[in-house]
Amino acid sequence: MKQRLAAPSDVIDLAGVAGMGGIEAGQGVVSIGAGVRHAEVAGSPAVRGVLPALSALAGGIGDRQVRHLGTLGGSVANSDPAADYPAAVVGLGATIETHCRRIAADEYFVDLFETALKPGEIVTRVHFPVPDRAAYRKFAHPASGYAVVGVLVADFGGNIRVGITGAGPCAFRGTAFEQALADDLRPEAVDGVPVPDAGFNSDLFASAEYRAHLVRVMARRAVADLLGR
Amino acid sequence: MAVEITLTVNGVAHALAIPENTLLVDVLREHLGLKGTHVGCDTSQCGACTVHLDGRAVKACSVLACQIDGCEVTTIEGIGSVDALHPMQAAFRDHHALQCGFCTPGMIMSAIDLVRRSAPLDRAGVRQGLAGNLCRCTGYHNIVDAVLAAAPHMTERQGGG
Ligand SMILES: Cc1cc2nc3c(=O)[nH]c(=O)nc-3n(C[C@H](O)[C@H](O)[C@H](O)COP(=O)(O)OP(=O)(O)OC[C@H]3O[C@@H](n4cnc5c(N)ncnc54)[C@H](O)[C@@H]3O)c2cc1C
Ligand code: FES
Ligand code: FES
Repeated sequence: MKQRLAAPSDVIDLAGVAGMGGIEAGQGVVSIGAGVRHAEVAGSPAVRGVLPALSALAGGIGDRQVRHLGTLGGSVANSDPAADYPAAVVGLGATIETHCRRIAADEYFVDLFETALKPGEIVTRVHFPVPDRAAYRKFAHPASGYAVVGVLVADFGGNIRVGITGAGPCAFRGTAFEQALADDLRPEAVDGVPVPDAGFNSDLFASAEYRAHLVRVMARRAVADLLGR
Repeated sequence: MAVEITLTVNGVAHALAIPENTLLVDVLREHLGLKGTHVGCDTSQCGACTVHLDGRAVKACSVLACQIDGCEVTTIEGIGSVDALHPMQAAFRDHHALQCGFCTPGMIMSAIDLVRRSAPLDRAGVRQGLAGNLCRCTGYHNIVDAVLAAAPHMTERQGGG
């Protein structure tokens, strides 16, 4: 609204709606209420214990004041092309729970600021499967902290998932990286993977070509982190 | 259309009737005359408008006033006085942590929140913690000095809000 991207006639505050809070970490899933603020996720010992990559991702959003206000639900509903959480939703294969159904990560992000949500549909929780290990790396915009490019790599017992944000109109899976890393889980394995920049974002901060380059660099760094190097 | 809200600002309860698109920062500055909270940008990036909302540092330019009906707000005017500066204010003065002073109210509100929530702090932690506050004058070095100097005094005397 403040950016004048939308001029709604009415605005409904979801902050007081019951059942959209709370963090549950257990049984292979971290489940977080849509109303949970970034600072709560970043500060949660439970999340840090089982899914440290998500904890670090939340702690790297914007700045402390932004993390005190922004919510998980607002981030995934907005589908800002440079938001961080979408990389985790896609990279971990999360499930988006709404007031009426469950949506798989691969079906959820549709386009720039566009998701599979129908008008009036409210995100209530997001369920993140817990991988054996995962890491998130972003090239942060120096002013806002938003991801010029962010890559999350997750290892589910040798099955690799890669979620990429910032590069395209919305978050997407890096399937070519996933295959290369399933065969050879080393940072160098991403070097030969082609990253076509067709359809990538291009703005005054970064060209599509540069973003494609950053995708590979962030993927390599994320794999190195994941391996503890 | 006006909406009616109540806000407790620096310990004083206010009943307000405001247009529904009014931002918290405009309530503070225009309706309550508390001009210490500054506006330095229109992208929510500079942090000059930082206040405490129910005890958490937030950017008052990013909050609709009608969202926070019944909440408590503390501004720079509520943490100390000329005769009894908050330890963070005193440290900013002692360490020459301000030049033009435009960023200072937001910087101080942010720094107080940072110290309260994250002891112990080192230089890198202060710099990271104040990433949401921009200063065009000081180069940040003296601000980091001031925050680290104020921290031990704040545990002795927390000050308001
Ligand atoms: C200076 C600045 C820096 C930032 N840096 C980053 C960054 O580095 N990384 C990053 O990822 N983000 C960043 N953000 C975004 C921020 O973290 C918030 O996530 C974002 O602004 C959304 O805020 P919100 O949660 O209050 O949602 P709102 O602004 O309230 O809502 C956003 C949209 O989602 C809809 N919505 C909200 N909740 C729901 C729900 N439960 N169900 C359905 N629809 C819903 C709303 O209708 C609206 O369309 C930054 C923001 C600012 C201002
Ligand atoms: S006025 Fe710049 S962040 Fe609020
Ligand atoms: S002292 Fe001038 S902007 Fe910080």
